[in-house]
Amino acid sequence: MLKIENLHVQLEEEDKTILKGVDLEVKRGQVHAIMGPNGSGKSTLSYVLAGREGYEVTQGTATLDGADLLGIEPEERAALGLFLAFQYPVEIPGVGNMTFLRTALNAQRKARGEEEINAADFLRVVREKAKSLDIDAEMLKRPINVGFSGGEKKRNEILQMAVLEPKMCILDETDSGLDVDAMKLVADGVNALRAKDRAFLVITHYQRLLDHIRPDVVHIMADGRIVQTGGPELALEVERNGYADILKAVA
Amino acid sequence: MAVPAQKFDLAAEILTALPAPAGEAGWASAARGAAAKRFAAMGAPHRRDEYWKYTDPARLLASQAPVAARISTDETPTFAESEQLRLVFVDGVFDPERSDALALEGCEIQPLAEALRTDIHWARDIFGVLEARSQDAVHRPLAALNTAHATEGFAIRVTGRVKKPVSFIYERRSDAADAFLHHVIRLEAGADLTVIEAGPAASRLSSVMEIDIADGAGFHHVRTQGRDHERLAYTAMFSRLGEKSTFKSFTLTANGRLTRNEQIVEFAGAEAVAHVAGACLGDGDFHHDDTVFITHGAPDCESRQVYKKVLRNGAVGVFQGKILVHSIAQRTDGYQISQGLLLDEDSQFLTKPELEIYADDVKCSHGATCGAVDEEALFYLTSRGVPRGEATDLLVLAFVDEAVAEIEDEELAADVRDQLAGWVARHRT
Repeated sequence: MLKIENLHVQLEEEDKTILKGVDLEVKRGQVHAIMGPNGSGKSTLSYVLAGREGYEVTQGTATLDGADLLGIEPEERAALGLFLAFQYPVEIPGVGNMTFLRTALNAQRKARGEEEINAADFLRVVREKAKSLDIDAEMLKRPINVGFSGGEKKRNEILQMAVLEPKMCILDETDSGLDVDAMKLVADGVNALRAKDRAFLVITHYQRLLDHIRPDVVHIMADGRIVQTGGPELALEVERNGYADILKAVA
Repeated sequence: MAVPAQKFDLAAEILTALPAPAGEAGWASAARGAAAKRFAAMGAPHRRDEYWKYTDPARLLASQAPVAARISTDETPTFAESEQLRLVFVDGVFDPERSDALALEGCEIQPLAEALRTDIHWARDIFGVLEARSQDAVHRPLAALNTAHATEGFAIRVTGRVKKPVSFIYERRSDAADAFLHHVIRLEAGADLTVIEAGPAASRLSSVMEIDIADGAGFHHVRTQGRDHERLAYTAMFSRLGEKSTFKSFTLTANGRLTRNEQIVEFAGAEAVAHVAGACLGDGDFHHDDTVFITHGAPDCESRQVYKKVLRNGAVGVFQGKILVHSIAQRTDGYQISQGLLLDEDSQFLTKPELEIYADDVKCSHGATCGAVDEEALFYLTSRGVPRGEATDLLVLAFVDEAVAEIEDEELAADVRDQLAGWVARHRT
């Protein structure tokens, strides 16, 4: 589904290379995890895939079901079915959560040539999904992420994911800033979305989240490359011994 | 020629061209004469005057009103859906044929000209009086000129809580015309009135509203200034607030080559509340100036100024907001925010907050910001599938909404939001 080949990326503003040849393929229905030390390029990878400005792709490709991702706008990537759950969801005063979500959903539908959802159906869908994420009506009415706690922001990301029903979900350190209960809630939300035609790329520092969201494949990223790939046991090894041994072994 | 002489020569010239009307009551003629004298003494405003530094008044003073094409739209005029007493003006002249009868429970409504011909009239204590009081602090020659000359407008005395708004609807038929409007409004103790103004009035407008609000009374004002691109406007609202009274005013300005909206608020009684707000949208040849002067002359009053300007393609926004707190005005609560959202690098927002405080126990905060659309927010919205244009619209509307939220009446606020959304969609990149 998601195929990344030899991806090289540098910052636009300064002459600094962040990704130095990333190769990665996530197949339909799979959950992949990317772990790695700070500064290894994990978040950059997620931003480049989603289309954030400020990065320059100097080599390589990234495709979603064969369609080139890197040459199109963020909204077009979303319409193709790509979704990034932000590490730091943005607060947007003055724009209501519901207005935003409905605008986003209908824009995606329109881009795919589908019919727009009407207000009543939309409300029903959102309420139902919000309930399972313990998001109350009051939160839905507020401006996007304004006044939300860290946990509420992350749950709101998962709600957006549940409503937009993307096929390729990237979760960028969704566990950061969450207590155990909140993490469980978020993980349950993600697990509920697991499906045979949907794939996940979970970026995390810790094994903890992977206890809840069981990955099929684990990658270790360091200095802008995937340096090791394995099964769930790789995450356990990181948890026990840190990255030092693995990095030494591949050096 | 030196600037000062030019100012006075021009003032004299203008007064000759705009004589005071004949046949008015003695008190009215006296008020006209005093206003003409004030204008002559102050001289015509000039770019070198401190309060006209950012806005050149030359086009407001030119001998001819400019040609301004009337915008043709198939939209329902603003606020047309809500229940109201409709008073229609065409090119600044009241049209009784197309207006409702001047009858509204809790309120006496009379054309200004009629009031000024009446020997004993309540308007005597307000007409030109509130305007003149404000001249000590800052010269407002264009308001004095309006008092000296304007005959169109209404004198409204409110004695009760009026259920539906009085709506001034300003239509245009001529491509080039001057309009001078002057409304005088008196709210007796405990009375309450909402006034709506909608439309551009003329290719060049001078409008003054004097509002005297007695103890415990409330005055609400919502205005949209039309969408004609080439029109010019100078407006000034003078309000005097009694104890525990309320004054709230909101203005939406979309388009217009030159607009100067002044708000002059005086707290005369304790525990009164005044909120003035404005949102403006300008694209291209657009210059919009909000000039506010709030005088806290009584203790425990609350004033709030919320001004938002969205500017693109070289549009210019100006804000001059002053809070003067006299030593008697202890426990004043003053808030002021002025913000410009620049949609490109060609536009300008010039803002000048001024605080002059003589009381020692006050809470006054002010903020002025100027910036572009937040790229982080834009990426967040587009990453969810909202196209960049629509995402920008959402952020622009969110930006102005703090000002729109000052409108208490939800129906009127919704109408303003529709206007904003329409403009923003039409002017998308």
